Amino acid sequence: MKISSHPLIKIFNSFFLVELLSGMLLTLKYMISKKKVTLAYPYEKGSLSSRFRGEHALRRYSNGEERCIACKLCEAVCPAQAITIEAEERDDGSRRTTRYDIDMTKCIYCGLCEESCPVDAIVEGPNFEFSTETREELYFDKQKLLSNGDRWEVEIAARLEREALGG
Amino acid sequence: MIESILYLLPLIGYVLLIIVPLLLVIAYLTYVERKVIAAMQLRIGPNVVGWFGLLQPFADGLKLLHKETIIPTRSNPIIFLCAPLVTFSLSLSAWAVIPFAPGVVISNINVGILYLFAISSLGVYGIIIAGWASNSKYPFLGALRSAAQMVSYEVSIGLVIIVILLSSGSMNLTDIVEAQKSMWYVVPHLPMAVIFMISALAETNRSPFDLPEAEAELVAGYNVEYSAIIFALFFLGEYGNMILMSAIGALLFLGGWLPPFHVIPFTWIPGFIWFALKVSFLLFIFLWVRATFPRFRYDQLMRLGWKVFLPFTLGWVVLTGFVMVAFNLFSGGQG
Amino acid sequence: MINIAPILFYVFSGVLLSASLMVVTARNTVHGVLFLIVAFFNAAALFLLAHAEFIAMILVVVYVGAVAVLFLFVVMMLNLEGGEMHRGIKGYTFMGVLIGGVLLVELLLMGLSWYTAPEAFDLTTAPTSGLKITNTQALGNLLYTHYALGFQGAGLILLIAMIGAIVLTLRHREGVRKQNIRDQQERQVRESLRLIDIPSGSGV
Repeated sequence: MKISSHPLIKIFNSFFLVELLSGMLLTLKYMISKKKVTLAYPYEKGSLSSRFRGEHALRRYSNGEERCIACKLCEAVCPAQAITIEAEERDDGSRRTTRYDIDMTKCIYCGLCEESCPVDAIVEGPNFEFSTETREELYFDKQKLLSNGDRWEVEIAARLEREALGG
Repeated sequence: MIESILYLLPLIGYVLLIIVPLLLVIAYLTYVERKVIAAMQLRIGPNVVGWFGLLQPFADGLKLLHKETIIPTRSNPIIFLCAPLVTFSLSLSAWAVIPFAPGVVISNINVGILYLFAISSLGVYGIIIAGWASNSKYPFLGALRSAAQMVSYEVSIGLVIIVILLSSGSMNLTDIVEAQKSMWYVVPHLPMAVIFMISALAETNRSPFDLPEAEAELVAGYNVEYSAIIFALFFLGEYGNMILMSAIGALLFLGGWLPPFHVIPFTWIPGFIWFALKVSFLLFIFLWVRATFPRFRYDQLMRLGWKVFLPFTLGWVVLTGFVMVAFNLFSGGQG
Repeated sequence: MINIAPILFYVFSGVLLSASLMVVTARNTVHGVLFLIVAFFNAAALFLLAHAEFIAMILVVVYVGAVAVLFLFVVMMLNLEGGEMHRGIKGYTFMGVLIGGVLLVELLLMGLSWYTAPEAFDLTTAPTSGLKITNTQALGNLLYTHYALGFQGAGLILLIAMIGAIVLTLRHREGVRKQNIRDQQERQVRESLRLIDIPSGSGV
C-alpha cells in the first residue's frame, strides 16, 4: 500500500490506525476468499522428491542374492558413526556381511552411505513413517534392513531409475 | 433458617443458569479461536473429533482432566493451588452484574460498573501469585510483566469508564444501556471504544500484548509450572475474562441488548440475541487481532499505555465534561 | 426470614481482625501482604453491609487493585527473609513502645468522650435510607459542595506527591539511543533507499 508523505496525511494515517486496519482487512480477506492449503495428513500426503532420504533399506539382486559385499565404505563414511558391519567369507567363497546394524537414533539422514555404496546395496527409501514406541526398535539389524529392502524394492528401483535417466 | 434457604435456592438456580452456558461458551471459544485463526492462515483447523471437529473442546478438557497435577517441590503449595482458583472464580463472579436483557441480571446493583472495574483489577493477583508461588524464574518474570502491564492499562480503562459515566450519569449497567437508546456510545466516543478494546487486549494478556506468556523469551510465562486441571482453570479463567471484556464493551459502547434501529424487523429479535451478537462480534475482534499482529516489545507496550492512552483518555474526559456542560446534556443526576 | 446481617457482620469482622493480626505476625512477608489483601476485602464487605457500596468498591479498586499490587511487587522483588527483619529490633523497642502508648492513650481519650446522636442509631445500617438518592450521590453532593476546598486540596497534595516522586527518581542519561516510534512509522521507502546508476568498472 502506497502512503503519501504529506504531514497531514501522515497524522491522519496514524490517528485513524490506517495501517493496522489495512492489515486486518488483509487477514479478513484471506479468511473469507483464499483457498485453504491444509493436507489431511494420514489420508492425504504431500509429494516426495525422488531424492528424498527416508528409512534405510538393503537391496537384493533380482535372483535373491543380497547386494552388499561388506566393503565397509558406508561404515567409514558415516559421519554419525551409526553403521556397524562385520564380515566373513561365506561357504561359497563370496564375501558377505554377518552383521549390518544401523542405529537409527544416531543417523542424521545425510545420504552419504547411499552415495558411497559401489553396488547400490544400502539406500535411503521413500518411507518416513517408521516411528516406534521404544528406542530399541530403532536399532535396525541386517534382517530388518533386508526386509525393508524387500518391502520397498519397487519404489526404490523406480526412484533410482528416474535419477539415473533424468540426470 | 429454612426460609432463608428457600430464598437462596432460586438465586443458586440463576447462578447455575449463567455459569453452565458460560463454561460451554468458553469451551467453544477455544474451538472458534482455532478455526478462525486457522482460516486466516489458510489452514483448516481442528476437524477430526466430531463433525467439523465440534467435539474438540471436550477432547481437550478430558485430556487435561486425566493428566497428572504436578506441584513443584520448592513451591508454596497452598498459594500455588490458590492462584488458578482466584483467576477462575474472579472471571466468573464478574457476571453477577452483567445484564443480558432488560431485567435479566442476577444482581442489579447501583455501582455495577465499579464492581466490574474492581473485579477486573483483581485479575492481576491470580497471575502474580502464580508467578511467585511457582518459585521458578520464568513464571516470576512473566508475573512481574503482567502485573505492570495490567496496572498500566487499568488506568486507561478507568478513564474510559469515567467518560461513559459522564455521558450516562449512572453507574448502574442497566441505566447505562437505557441511556444509549437514541445513540450508541460508540458513535460519539469512537476513539474511547477503540482504546477500550486495545486496553482490553492488554488487560486479558491477549496478543499482541501477550508478553507475560511470550513463548520466545519466557517459555509460557506464569503458567510454566502448571499442569492438568489447575492449568485448565487458568485457561478457562483467561478465556472467561475475554468474554467478560467483550460483554463490558458491548454494554458500554454497543448498547447492550438494544437493536441497532428501532424499526420493525430489528425489534422482533429479542434483546438477548442482540447482546449475544454484539459480544460475539467483539470476541471475533480479539481473535482477528491475534491472527493479524505481531507481539509488542515490553517498552513499547508501556509507552503506548502511559504516553499515548493516558493523556488521550484524560483529554477526552475533559472534552466530554466540557461539551456536556456547554450543551447542558447532563441527565439530571438520578442514580 | 431471619436477619443474617449481624451474623455476616461478626464473620467478616472476625476474619478482618484475624487477618490483620496475621499481617503483623506472618514470618513470610509475601504472606503478610496476602493477609493484608484479605483484610481489605473483609473491610469492603463490612462497608457493603453498612450499605456504603461506593466506598466498598473504591476500597477494592484503589487499595486491593492498585496499592496492594505495588506492595506485593516490592515485597516479592526484595525477597526479604523473616530472620533479617527482626535483627536490631531491640534498639527500637523503647521508641516503638512510646509511640504505641501515645496512640493508645489518644484512642482511649477519643473513645471515652465519643458522643453519638440518638437519631444516628437509626442510620447505622442504611445512611441514606430516608433520602431518595443513592449514597454515591450523597457523597458527591457533600464532597463537591461543603468540602470542595478540602477535596481539591487533597487532590493537589496527591498530585504534588506524584510529581515529587517523579522528579526525585528522574535521571537524564547521556548517550542513550532511544527508539522514536513516530519517526519509524513515518519513514518512507524513498527517504531511506537511494538507487544510484554506477557505470561498470568505475567503483563507488
